[in-house]
Amino acid sequence: MLPKGELLSYLRKMWLIRFFETSLDELFGKGLIKGTSHFCAGQEAVAVGACAALRPDDAITSNHRGHGHFIAKGGEPKRIMAEIFGKSTGYVGGRGGSQHMACFEIGFIGSNGITGGGIPVATGVALAFKLRGLKRVALCFFGDGAVNTGYFHESLNMAAIWKLPVIYLCENNFYAMSTPFDYAFPIEDIAIRASAYGIEGVIVDGNDVLAVREAVLKAAEKAREGGGPTLIEAKTYRYYGHSKSDYREYRTRDEEIDWQQRDPIMRFEQYLLRNGIATENEIDEIRRSARKEIDEAIAFAQESPEPDEQFATCGVFA
Amino acid sequence: MWSQTNAKTEQGKDFVDETEAHGRELYFSWAIREAIEQEMERDPRVILIGEDIAVYGGAFRVTKGLLEKFGPHRVIDTPISENSFVGIAVGAALAGLRPIVEIMFMDFITLAMDAIVNHAANFHYVYGEQAKVPMVIRCPAGGGRAYGATHSKTLEAWFMHTPGVKVVVPATPYDAKGLLISSIRDDNPVIFIECKLLYSLRGNVPAEPYTIELGKARIAREGDDITLISYGRMVHECEKAAEMLLEEGISAEVVDLRSLSPMDKETIANSVTKTGRAVVVAEDNKFAGASAEIMCQVVENCFEYLDAPVLRVAAEDVPIPCAPNLERAILPNAFKIYNAAKALLNWGRK
Repeated sequence: MLPKGELLSYLRKMWLIRFFETSLDELFGKGLIKGTSHFCAGQEAVAVGACAALRPDDAITSNHRGHGHFIAKGGEPKRIMAEIFGKSTGYVGGRGGSQHMACFEIGFIGSNGITGGGIPVATGVALAFKLRGLKRVALCFFGDGAVNTGYFHESLNMAAIWKLPVIYLCENNFYAMSTPFDYAFPIEDIAIRASAYGIEGVIVDGNDVLAVREAVLKAAEKAREGGGPTLIEAKTYRYYGHSKSDYREYRTRDEEIDWQQRDPIMRFEQYLLRNGIATENEIDEIRRSARKEIDEAIAFAQESPEPDEQFATCGVFA
Repeated sequence: MWSQTNAKTEQGKDFVDETEAHGRELYFSWAIREAIEQEMERDPRVILIGEDIAVYGGAFRVTKGLLEKFGPHRVIDTPISENSFVGIAVGAALAGLRPIVEIMFMDFITLAMDAIVNHAANFHYVYGEQAKVPMVIRCPAGGGRAYGATHSKTLEAWFMHTPGVKVVVPATPYDAKGLLISSIRDDNPVIFIECKLLYSLRGNVPAEPYTIELGKARIAREGDDITLISYGRMVHECEKAAEMLLEEGISAEVVDLRSLSPMDKETIANSVTKTGRAVVVAEDNKFAGASAEIMCQVVENCFEYLDAPVLRVAAEDVPIPCAPNLERAILPNAFKIYNAAKALLNWGRK
């Protein structure tokens, strides 16, 4: 059994991500933020469970739906929020926005607006770790849509032949924008594609934070010992549409309600209560404190200055 | 992993002997290999990635012998997966290595456009100082070998149009070595274009490592009456045209840009200001090509000094045909350059 403090930190991170995303939806609705954003509410257990299994100096790459990954890896919500607001205090000073943030210090090698784009980047980071003799692991988050890109095929193949320390973590939320999984895939499970590369494929309940953690921990240990890559398929669901302009015409309300019954945060709270790990009061307090941190993040972002316009035209070359 | 055999290479040996036999004259391709070899010796972060570059030594044998010297961990053969091996090089560069990627024929770089344009070019600007992408993408390019439409293109214009990548095109063995060493040491992604027909060109190449600043042009030949601006293989065609013009008493200056992005606008302006006439010569096709940007630099910066319009000599706007006479017909050459220069010199005269 993991220490109580550790378990409660997972719960707090999941609430941070949930409140971050629901707040963003409201802020977009009020017209307070420009641009676009892809929310990961409903998928919190994958980000938090996976990052809980990694070491601080392990690296992750993220995709367009990356706020949760960043927070899970240790990103500060206020600086992520400020980036989405286009403020100078954001992680990359307003140049990146929702889909293009990074913080190498904490091993967040970037969110990425190209579907599948993070896959070769994570693979290359793993190649560097291996050639430099570092016992570090790179983990790549991507969705079911990315599995049908050439990047997936090419990169998994190379990672497999070179036995790179990389974990491919597919968040299968069953829709690539509007395209249903069972339309885009002639197979039941993404994990079986691992067999094409001679690597292990694992299916995990993506709404169970501890199950995700366990699966990633095993894959990370194997990778660190030179055992090569693993493909993990975490089955989960996004509550919101693909992006803020999505009316979800391609799926039913019944299906959404069905997945909400399996909410990852609710399930983890029940687990903590059932096993006497935390009390209702402690859980309420975690929720309140996460809510407060997100409210403060929004205030911080709103009060922060815009970037200087000169910041737009410098820094193209190192 | 890294299951490469360490096959002996006869050519690797020839390379050294031949070098010594001719003092410091080297083939263009060997100058490139020497630059890579010396940088790999100097900096353990430099690795090679590409198709058939290890045992085979690359389609043009440029990396022949490097596997034996540096081993399969640093000379890494890839499957045929351009988009991902360029993308993997980007990731490796972010994580502290300095990869040199070989694209077997520049035409194949189309398969890696996302990794270059959306990743390599963006990361430093978007992610800021923490992110650097020090990598070189070597591209054997250009026509003249009757290889046809998928093995003959030269695509510098696409990358000149991409902020965040540099574009370098050497014309001589000396420049090939110096510019490549500079490119390897640069902290940015560099598209390094090697004109295939130049691989067998011999020229003076000092043994010791040396650099040539990226973004600095070279006056290949001095002259007063007209400026011929070019880069890569076409510099030599310009020099031939200049010889033809000289026979008629016309003194042409030849500017070798060496790098297209960044571009040495100052050297262009200085030369055209002096001569008052410019012909821009490029091997890529004309419409929206590299020649268009060079020409624009002349017009923007030297308009009041021009005695005549600026002309371009570039490839015809067609895919590259295979038959040798057809290919010759569409590519620029010294005669076409000569004719353009004559037209400019006669401009306004009856």
